[in-house]
Amino acid sequence: MAEELIIKPFLRLAGLESLIVRPQSNFINIGERTNVTGSKKFARLIRENKYEEALSVARQQVESGAQVLDVNMDDALLDGENAMQTFLNLLQAEPDIARIPIMIDSSKFSIIEAGLKCVQGKCIVNSISMKEGLEKFIQQAIICKSYGAAVVVMAFDEKGQADTLERRVIICEKAYQILTREVGYDGQDIIFDPNIFAIATGIEEHNNYAVDFIEATRVIKQKMPLAKISGGVSNISFSFRGNEPVREAMHSVFLFYAIQAGMDMGIVNAGQLVVYDEIEPNLRKLCEDVVLNKNPDSTDRLLSFAETVKSREKSEVKDEAWRNGAVEERLKHALINGITDFIEADTEEARQKYPKPLEVIEGPLMDGMNVVGDLFGSGKMFLPQVVKSARVMKKSVAVLTPFIEEEKRNNPNAKQGGAAKVLMATVKGDVHDIGKNIVGVVLGCNGYEILDLGVMVPADKILEVAKKEKVDIIGLSGLITPSLDEMVHVAREMKRQHFEVPLMIGGATTSRMHTAVKIAPEYENGVVHVLDASRSVTVVGSLLNKEQKTPFLKNIGLEYARLKEDFGAKKTIKQYLGYQDAVKNKAKVDWTAFRPVKPSFLGNMVFEDYDLGEIANYIDWQPFFIAWELHGKFPQILSDAKIGKEATRLFQDAKELLEQLIREKWLKARGVIGFWEASSDGKDTVIVREGIDDKTINLEFLRQQIKKAPGQANQSLADFIAPKGIGNDQKDHIGAFAVSIHGIEEHVERFQKIHDDYNKILLQALADRLAEAFAERLHQRVRIRFWGYDHSEELSNDQLIREEYHGIRPAPGYPACPDHTEKNKLFQLLQASENTGIILTESLAMYPASSVCGWYFANPESRYFGVGKIEKDQVEEYAKRKNMSLEEIEKWLRPILEYDF
Amino acid sequence: MKNIEDCLKERILIIDGAMGTMIQGYKLSEADYRGERFKDWHSDLKGNNDLLSITQPAIVREIHSKYLEAGADIIETNTFNSQRISLADYHMEDLAYELNRAAVSCARQAVEDFLNSPYGKGKGPKFVAGAIGPMNKTLSISPDVNNPGFRTVLFDEVANAYYEQVRGLSDGGVDLLLVETIFDTLNAKAAIYAIKKYFRDSGKPSLPVMISGTITDASGRTLSGQTLDAFYTSVMHARPLSIGLNCALGAEQMRPHIEELSQIASCFVSAYPNAGLPNAMGEYDEEPEQTAHFLEDWAKEGFVNIVGGCCGTTPDHIRHIAENVKKIKPRPLPVLEEII
Repeated sequence: MAEELIIKPFLRLAGLESLIVRPQSNFINIGERTNVTGSKKFARLIRENKYEEALSVARQQVESGAQVLDVNMDDALLDGENAMQTFLNLLQAEPDIARIPIMIDSSKFSIIEAGLKCVQGKCIVNSISMKEGLEKFIQQAIICKSYGAAVVVMAFDEKGQADTLERRVIICEKAYQILTREVGYDGQDIIFDPNIFAIATGIEEHNNYAVDFIEATRVIKQKMPLAKISGGVSNISFSFRGNEPVREAMHSVFLFYAIQAGMDMGIVNAGQLVVYDEIEPNLRKLCEDVVLNKNPDSTDRLLSFAETVKSREKSEVKDEAWRNGAVEERLKHALINGITDFIEADTEEARQKYPKPLEVIEGPLMDGMNVVGDLFGSGKMFLPQVVKSARVMKKSVAVLTPFIEEEKRNNPNAKQGGAAKVLMATVKGDVHDIGKNIVGVVLGCNGYEILDLGVMVPADKILEVAKKEKVDIIGLSGLITPSLDEMVHVAREMKRQHFEVPLMIGGATTSRMHTAVKIAPEYENGVVHVLDASRSVTVVGSLLNKEQKTPFLKNIGLEYARLKEDFGAKKTIKQYLGYQDAVKNKAKVDWTAFRPVKPSFLGNMVFEDYDLGEIANYIDWQPFFIAWELHGKFPQILSDAKIGKEATRLFQDAKELLEQLIREKWLKARGVIGFWEASSDGKDTVIVREGIDDKTINLEFLRQQIKKAPGQANQSLADFIAPKGIGNDQKDHIGAFAVSIHGIEEHVERFQKIHDDYNKILLQALADRLAEAFAERLHQRVRIRFWGYDHSEELSNDQLIREEYHGIRPAPGYPACPDHTEKNKLFQLLQASENTGIILTESLAMYPASSVCGWYFANPESRYFGVGKIEKDQVEEYAKRKNMSLEEIEKWLRPILEYDF
Repeated sequence: MKNIEDCLKERILIIDGAMGTMIQGYKLSEADYRGERFKDWHSDLKGNNDLLSITQPAIVREIHSKYLEAGADIIETNTFNSQRISLADYHMEDLAYELNRAAVSCARQAVEDFLNSPYGKGKGPKFVAGAIGPMNKTLSISPDVNNPGFRTVLFDEVANAYYEQVRGLSDGGVDLLLVETIFDTLNAKAAIYAIKKYFRDSGKPSLPVMISGTITDASGRTLSGQTLDAFYTSVMHARPLSIGLNCALGAEQMRPHIEELSQIASCFVSAYPNAGLPNAMGEYDEEPEQTAHFLEDWAKEGFVNIVGGCCGTTPDHIRHIAENVKKIKPRPLPVLEEII
């Protein structure tokens, strides 16, 4: 049994998350900038209907530490009710802002009620009072209570605003009695605002206002300990308008004493409070004198001091202060922080300031991006941030482009863009381009002009564009193994056509070794393998620097030559079995004990439009972070000391986009699965009975040939299918699947149009994850139901990712069955193109890129393994079985051939 | 009759299981849904389960009876969608009030018949809870991506629709109200607003209110994005009889959230999960013994005061649940301190 539970009468508020105000809680900062009466900027944005930008004011307050957000739309020129509702409705769609509770602030009760109708969390109403009589006060309090809001009660009655200690206390006590006894309010849901008035105004009666407030706070908290005390802090310094240093010091000193007296919360410019201890001692002393009304001449002394204090610029990152800088500084700030809010206006301002639009790019924009590049290079910024910076850069360049074009027309001899050009392309037959896009963005950030030719680009097109555009570097990308050959082909063509520019190689299937052994020897003017986006910058930098280029390429050349030598030398070290011996050492499965399970159906089952929400639960996030070059285990990566913050932000963005694409049905998950009777020939062929008649199709598998330790088998996937006539002559089966995520193109295009690479890449990476998750989910359903060999299985997502289940789903082209051409049979059996819309390219890549296919093996002994390198004897036999020429099959198997070809 | 608060202090009360799952078992046709009265209605009515309170009252009564026989102490009226906004799907806005009355009458009749039956003699009290569902439109989420500030429905419309439903339920004679399956807290706040307003306007004594939210996934948040404690904080002003969770999750997945709720709730705690998660065919297949086993564990841990079932649960589930928790002490109400 649980111990006795005690619940304390704390003030509890809520946005998307809850905020509990405990006695030991620190002072609660209520963000004040989303107030049209207090912030000129916010007022202008609302009047001009720029609500999106107005939201960024709210975001800034939250980021600066506001725990509650005060929203006020009291402006004679505004339809206050409408503005309040529009803003609050928009705000609900921003989880990073809606996280915190809202204080609905208005002197018009109709605006307050309009606001209360839009917020699901528990709000604070600011404010109600007895100034129009008790009846109205009670009526308004009942309404606030019906919406579940806490209330701020102003110390105000029909006689006016309380301006003495005594009246403050009397009015608050009376309001408390009425609210708790007649309206039924809980004491902890009542917050008093005992009126903060301006001090140091020169009028003697005002001098004691701060002292009275502080004392009233003390007395009210004594008499009504559950109630809270709040107030608008900036009122206190109203007479020092325009002198921010003095105002901030006054606020800080005032709060120092008011909080000691029991003030719980206050409306402040979050992020701009100075620390009491850090106020310059002389100024602090003067402020204390006026706040605590110590001397009759305190005001005069502070005034004369104030004149000596120049309003210094503060460089707070989270503040709007950066908006006050010169346009160059603003551009730089926006680039480094990835802020797009003002980029268009700032760019336009810079354009008018500089003689030529191009100079804006070469000047302030490049300066900013250089800082980004340096920070990235030194590990102080991470890829997602850089991509956001690139988004700012692109938006800015988009503003300038028409002017640059115009200038070109008017003055053809004018200096053209001086940036070096890098051509990027995913090679023919391959459709994967996330990595290439990331490299493009990162290089773009470093000032290079990127010509991205997209995916499935044939060699002749790459070279034609390279010549026409006079590019400085060509970069090739690919994910599947046949792309390696295509890269070799491009390198040969470059040599034949007498190219001189260096060639960069990247992509998941590429390696330094392959580049050194296979590509580099084909082209002598520089071939460099680039491991990831962060390395691409230094590589390109070295290749384009006149002094560095030659020694850099010379070093690379030496390194690759050594690699090639090692590669040749290593080969003899490993020992390989003859193919027939390898077959003899196949995986031992006890077929007499084996009871194959018959699938619930034979033939195909098509999933036209699978529920993405369901699929999303099966996402393995780790590869997602790897795609963004954030390495670490998920979810621990989110709390990693170095990259945790950025990983969390990326994860947040990804989840939001994921939710949106599911909610709005951007994408369509199509899939097909199928099961057929199958038997093995005891070697490496699996005979599949295609339909009800006796038409069969032979699947061919490859076998490990490397010499194994005693007791270890030379495995082939065919080992996991029962040979004919064994195992009580029960029929064994094989299954297959193909899944795909369709519909990404229009959204990618839309993001591209608005220069939003960040969301574009995010979406591509998510689509990939969804395709994998779809495969995972279907495999699970296959095991439990469709094939149904494992009814008892109940695994968590983590266990799924760790593959703690029976049966495997290897894909043609991957280590266990590295021959891509078997994919044709898989597609034939599943009629995958008709059923899922997946197209196979000439390299047997699947389009859309976010597609997955594979075989299902149910045998509990079946395991994933890599075939590794194979010898010519197997290849010759394999070619015969497949009825292909040795040459052709060698081309497809090139990456796993043990011998030179 | 003993009031529900007193019962809750003595033992764990049982709330009934799924209505929809039971109705599906009858395999009703379009004509069955229409009955005589709506035979010429201009739109399809199949699937309008709430309408059965008018067109097939015997079936609705029979389902209630089965749950009462299984040991339910609280039965929910067949009114999950009986407010004019959801009923607009069938062009039946104007039937809202009548549907609520008819549903309460089915439930009341079933309770009366049960208590007068040889089997039910002395097994009271039984309570009828007026079920108030989340409705098919949401106040906090825009359906239009390009316009996140857009809303298909206004707070006042939602509150007015709930007001009418509350009036029907109250006039029909329910013992308590149950605002359930809340996935958007603002909709629930509109329901609470309507309930408070109705009892203020009518001058009737307020009925106890049960509140039951829905956590949609393992993140522990509602669909509208709130954490569990934020959700509870946002509906506390209803001063509910109980706070709890239902739907979306099976007992196994709901456990951590119920545990959390039991540690923060100043009122009674209710829980009526689905019969597991849907299987590959979209069906709920958790066995009654399994569900009961989970809920027994919660009872032993002192998490709950009211338990029962949501989607996929049957009288058999309720029977097992009732059997398994009957000897276990309910969660004691926490001590509410008056000073900080």
